[in-house]
Amino acid sequence: MQRFSLVQLVRNALAHHEKWPAYWRSPEPKRAYDAVIVGGGGHGLATAYYLARNHGITNVAVLEKGWIGGGNTGRNTTIIRSNYLWDESAHLYEHSLKLWEGLSADLNINVMLSQRGVLNLAHNLGDVREGVRRVQANRLNGIDAEWLSPQDVQAFCPIVDIGEGRRHPVLGATLQRRGGVARHDAVAWGYARAADALGVDIIQNCEVTGIDVLAGRVVGLRTTRGAIMARKVGLVTAGHSSVLAAMAGFRLPVQSHPLQALVSEPIKPVLDCVVMSNAVHVYVSQSDKGELVMGAGIDAFNSYAQRGSFHVIEHQMGALLELFPIFSRLRMMRTWAGIVDVCPDASPIIGRTPVGGLYLNCGWGTGGFKATPGSGWVFAHTIANDAPHPLNAPFALDRFTSGALIDEHGAAAVAH
Amino acid sequence: MSGYRLPAGGRVDRDRPLAFTFDGRRFTGFQGDTLASALIASGERLVARSFKYHRPRGVYSAGAEEPNALVQLGAGARSEPNLRATQIELHDGLVAAAVNAWPGLRFDLGAANQLVAPLLAAGFYYKTFLGPRGWWRRFYEPAIRRMAGMGRAPTLPDPDLYDHMHIHADVLVVGGGPAGLAAARAAASGGARVVLAEDGPLLGAGLVDDDATVDGVPGIAWADEVAADLAGRDTVTVLRRTTVAGLYDHGYAVAVERRTDHLPPGAAPGHARQRLWHIRARRTVLAAGAHERPLVFPGNDRPGVMLAGAVRTYLRRYGVACGRRAVVFTGDDAAYATAAALADAGVAVAAVVDPRRDAPDAAALAARGIAVLPGHAVIAADGKGGVESVLVAALDGSGDGQARRIGCDLLAVSGGWSPVVHLYSQLRGRLAYDDRLACFRPAGSVAGVTVAGAADGRFDLAACLAAGHEAGLAAAVATGFPAVAAAPRTSAQPPALPPAMLWDRPPAGRGKAFVDLQNDVTTDDVALAAREGFTAIEHLKRYTTTGMGTDQGKTANVNAIGVLSGVLGRSPGETGTTTFRPPYTPVAYGALAGRFVGELFDPERVTPIHPRHVEAEAVFENVGQWKRPRFFPHPGEDLEGAVLRECRAVREGVGAMDASTLGKIEVRGPDAAAFLDRIYINPMAGLAVGACRYGVMCREDGMVFDDGVVLRLAPDRFLVTTTTGGAARVLDWFEEWLQTEWPGLRVFCTSVTEQWATVAVAGPLARAVVGALAPEMELGAADFPFMTFRDGIVAGMAARVARISFSGELAFELNVESTAGLALWDAVLAAGRRHGIVPYGTEAMHVLRAEKGYFIVGHETDGTVTPIDLGLERMVAKRKDFLGKRSLGRSDTVRTDRKQLVALLPEDPEELLPEGAQLVDDPKAPAPVPMVGHVTSSYRSAALGRSFALALVRDGRQRIGGRVFAPAGAHVVAARIADPVLFDPGGSRRDG
Amino acid sequence: MLLISCPWCGPRDETEFHCGGEAHIARPLDPPALPDAAWAGYVFMRDNPKGWMRERWMHAQGCRRWFNLVRHTVTHEIAGAYLVGAPLPPLPDECP
Repeated sequence: MQRFSLVQLVRNALAHHEKWPAYWRSPEPKRAYDAVIVGGGGHGLATAYYLARNHGITNVAVLEKGWIGGGNTGRNTTIIRSNYLWDESAHLYEHSLKLWEGLSADLNINVMLSQRGVLNLAHNLGDVREGVRRVQANRLNGIDAEWLSPQDVQAFCPIVDIGEGRRHPVLGATLQRRGGVARHDAVAWGYARAADALGVDIIQNCEVTGIDVLAGRVVGLRTTRGAIMARKVGLVTAGHSSVLAAMAGFRLPVQSHPLQALVSEPIKPVLDCVVMSNAVHVYVSQSDKGELVMGAGIDAFNSYAQRGSFHVIEHQMGALLELFPIFSRLRMMRTWAGIVDVCPDASPIIGRTPVGGLYLNCGWGTGGFKATPGSGWVFAHTIANDAPHPLNAPFALDRFTSGALIDEHGAAAVAH
Repeated sequence: MSGYRLPAGGRVDRDRPLAFTFDGRRFTGFQGDTLASALIASGERLVARSFKYHRPRGVYSAGAEEPNALVQLGAGARSEPNLRATQIELHDGLVAAAVNAWPGLRFDLGAANQLVAPLLAAGFYYKTFLGPRGWWRRFYEPAIRRMAGMGRAPTLPDPDLYDHMHIHADVLVVGGGPAGLAAARAAASGGARVVLAEDGPLLGAGLVDDDATVDGVPGIAWADEVAADLAGRDTVTVLRRTTVAGLYDHGYAVAVERRTDHLPPGAAPGHARQRLWHIRARRTVLAAGAHERPLVFPGNDRPGVMLAGAVRTYLRRYGVACGRRAVVFTGDDAAYATAAALADAGVAVAAVVDPRRDAPDAAALAARGIAVLPGHAVIAADGKGGVESVLVAALDGSGDGQARRIGCDLLAVSGGWSPVVHLYSQLRGRLAYDDRLACFRPAGSVAGVTVAGAADGRFDLAACLAAGHEAGLAAAVATGFPAVAAAPRTSAQPPALPPAMLWDRPPAGRGKAFVDLQNDVTTDDVALAAREGFTAIEHLKRYTTTGMGTDQGKTANVNAIGVLSGVLGRSPGETGTTTFRPPYTPVAYGALAGRFVGELFDPERVTPIHPRHVEAEAVFENVGQWKRPRFFPHPGEDLEGAVLRECRAVREGVGAMDASTLGKIEVRGPDAAAFLDRIYINPMAGLAVGACRYGVMCREDGMVFDDGVVLRLAPDRFLVTTTTGGAARVLDWFEEWLQTEWPGLRVFCTSVTEQWATVAVAGPLARAVVGALAPEMELGAADFPFMTFRDGIVAGMAARVARISFSGELAFELNVESTAGLALWDAVLAAGRRHGIVPYGTEAMHVLRAEKGYFIVGHETDGTVTPIDLGLERMVAKRKDFLGKRSLGRSDTVRTDRKQLVALLPEDPEELLPEGAQLVDDPKAPAPVPMVGHVTSSYRSAALGRSFALALVRDGRQRIGGRVFAPAGAHVVAARIADPVLFDPGGSRRDG
Repeated sequence: MLLISCPWCGPRDETEFHCGGEAHIARPLDPPALPDAAWAGYVFMRDNPKGWMRERWMHAQGCRRWFNLVRHTVTHEIAGAYLVGAPLPPLPDECP
């Protein structure tokens, strides 16, 4: 792997950039691998990378039905934070955030982690109570968290209208300064490049059409590019998890819904942090290119189409203008949707399945991007050891039987 | 000076000059101009700076596809960034400025980026700024952010209004060009309801660019006739200045109509600035036309390089010549008309350069003294500030092998046409690459949608008219209307030759060749991306940012696909397109929000008594959608003082509270009792008529969902009360179970929340107050015991009086028809005056109930709390099933060490635990500190003479008497765990 | 924005309706008799099909009645509505 650095950039510029190698190879799939990861999004690529780096398992393929990073990895609003309420989630997301903080150096690619701070606004007394509760829990868990008064909010983000006369006045906010945003595509490409350098085969345009199970154990996959044998298979297919699970003969507590996001035209910097509001239902930040990036709500119906209904966007704009009346004359430039895999408790499923050798990583719903490094880390551990990492043990599929749910509905800005 | 106004011609009104300001300088244009045409007519070539390199740029097109000429329009609260000068209709006093140029357009410091351009190749930022740690956020990123962005956001709220409109149509026609007009005319002829949406201010305006006749008259005259015909039909809605931004499932389209943007600011008071149309059409005809495609060659971004069709549009529609000496560089027949039109207007045409060997019209042009160079290409456009000359060379190296230089100040280019397939593709219509036409065309079908004319790859007028007409007739017939109109006839001739592109043989001159003008993506960038493995078109887009500007790549995308395919030696069809996403052109947030902003974003609900609370200067809180008085401060009193006073009044005298917001549902029918038994965790069937019972309901996962009191009005009739925020949810819950799971149960539910106004009168003196209002009613404890209700007359009004208490005091809940609520409140306060009655708010109510250990859904519960956790084991029915019961028996819910509801008494009785505080056993433990619970509610109590709290604590009931700690930063509050019922545990006051 | 035909009121915009998810998940008749896993199957597990789906909708801003819809989760095409309790219609891609 040719290292990226300013020196390399200058050297290559002098050679008219004609010497750069490909980020990753495009190999033909082999007949067999030690492990196959289904799904070439950020989570799947991170899993492959950590399998190789942390566990020495390098005879690995990542199968992607389209182009890598083309699902929710490339369709989210790139928010990163770890200020979750429950210990289980806080530890997992904080592990992820710590990995984020070293990711550019680890992967040798600038993932543009921008820890510009994430505000979660409180608009009523219940929000305040929940906000304080979360801040306190975060701090005791060793996660940076602050409670801001309305005046602090105004100072931190001057363009938010905290006005008492408004329908939803700002009564305070939680702030995680280490939270922020990152460049989503670079994460997928960076993991692919680093995994490839360690020997992982990244195979695009390869759709899994069947999962072969023998005596309760997975033995291989059928794909649009031929059969591939593998004794260990990790499914990391987000919105398509139910489809893959059905191939292996079981059902999931997962529903697939469209989640829309949108960007404005690029404007000069006006918003230097991430603002989220549960009650008004907004999450917005401004990209380095100048676009306001924001998420909308999910459509209520199940869908595998990457498009949502327009009224969701309209409602979103009403909410946005409630908080930022000065945005009214800015313009929505592009909308899109991803298919989010929503769990009843708004927490992911990471662990073993009823089929031996088949592992599952799904259910991230609307908030998976921030977990990308941590998710890959613990999932690689789970696959390598056939047993969960302590961080993902609580996120097993059987929690839906025992009732030990991890209800994080309060943590997502979207009503799952 | 380059462009100029022709002495005559164009559809501008030369008798109406308009003064305007661009970038601080004053200009004059005419009514009918766009900002772009007026600037060109004024000789302005430099109108913008590009995004990355800040290269000088000029107007490039004449429409929505404009990549260059973005301006900041207007000032103050009406300032608006990134508008395309090509679409801004000029009005008197218009003020515009360039974006992304500092200190100015002519001298722009950002242009220094060109000095380090070799370092700024596609994706350079992924490869550098890697360290030292923290520097990205502190130094590199802020520098990049300052460079980024185009225009500026306004700093004031928008003074304008936006409306939402809804319309149903049999046929929606998108586009008012020849195909769209023919379609609308045909569809409307038999009486169908037709909506025709046209982006521009005029129908068929593009026909003025064409010399052909339609139905025997000049095209533009035909368009005027059709427009008049459509305007005369009351079944037709013609929307001009209206852009269909998105097409959605089942014939749903969203369009933005700009109603006042062409007028001076404030010129149309009372008018909504824009309307967002929601159109539901049974059939949709997409006739959105095509965008002309640039050719890619070094220097192709210089001011003076323009699309050939646009050059002709400026001549014909605006009477503006875009230069004084032109070269036309085209791989397509259509630009030959531009050469002829330029010559007609007196502009010198130095050459027509055509990469195709067989130039179609060489003789005709040659006869006019215009040199046609077939088999040639422009390999570079050069000049300082703008085009001064071009280098032309034979493609096969013939001739003398030398490139020749031709002086010119205008280079009109055409690389064929890209159908506007955006709306069709938004609905996942399949596209296929047409090798002959070198474009992506619709190749599949979308239910209810027909693509007609240039949008379908039919680029000549005759085909457009025919296809539009057929599509319109077919849509009419499909929706049940007769086909009446006859097809329009035209003299126009189809093009002789297919276009030629140069994607696989890039012109070899020196300098940057731009694929995406707005985002400064060059052919070198595309080649680099391909080299680095970004060969999927979506990867190419994301890596190079091509097509991600405000124009969303309308002129760039197909060239990017072509150049990438050329590099990889594959056909553009193999490469494919990126996904088209709404909106077609950017839409103002204000238009999307419409009137649903401010008061109407989330309308407040208020009780009939609300005006009195306002008069009393109550402090309100939002509870769900309701406004509820939180407390009623006396002058100089703060929250704490007021609440202590209100609580003391209820405990020692009497208080009154507006409880009208509680949800109320009537449940009726022979099976109502059996139904409620399935809903509530406790039995309801045995409740006596005239009695009340508190009940709790769970979701199927066993977690508490809502609670309230149930009144049995009759054997088959119950009144269920719910939490204020939960009323709608509970009604939906009832309906869902009744209709989908238990349709056999004969039960009907009716929301009656707003039919009743409710005043709670609570306190030891409550009986005296109610007695004064209801002298006929027997109120003694024996005759009217706790948890029963009576109908009777209160203050002269029919009322239902219930002995329900959420405060633990003797209390009467008075319910009257909502219209009588205000009178009831006044009567209660009047009757209570001699007893010192005090109105109290939700905060006092919360304190009073917490002293009694009563939980509130949403305070003490968060969706993870079971009835057992709340200490309600004895309520949980053993002998019946109810929703959620089975879940209470799972391994995690039967744990005895779950978090349970307890009270906390801070060891310092003056100290208040913060609500939400986490509880730990060892406050000195290092992080992560194990947490054992959290404070759900916390108050100062007048009755207890101290602070107290409710909390959920792990294994809490076993730990009563033990200690926990609430660390709040460096300060730690120690507290004793106590039974949640701290006041009057026997309940004698309540039962009084 | 879907156009949904309420069996009682006719075609209406999606915004008038509330989606209730997968249809025909019958509540077990004897919950106490079920093992935890079977109960979890009823409460949480779903088919979540990619393709045709039978789902429940309620005309929340109309007649407030629940009904079932056969809808495709990729194309959003609606094959038809049927009443609660009516015989299960075949899915368009099923053999009758």
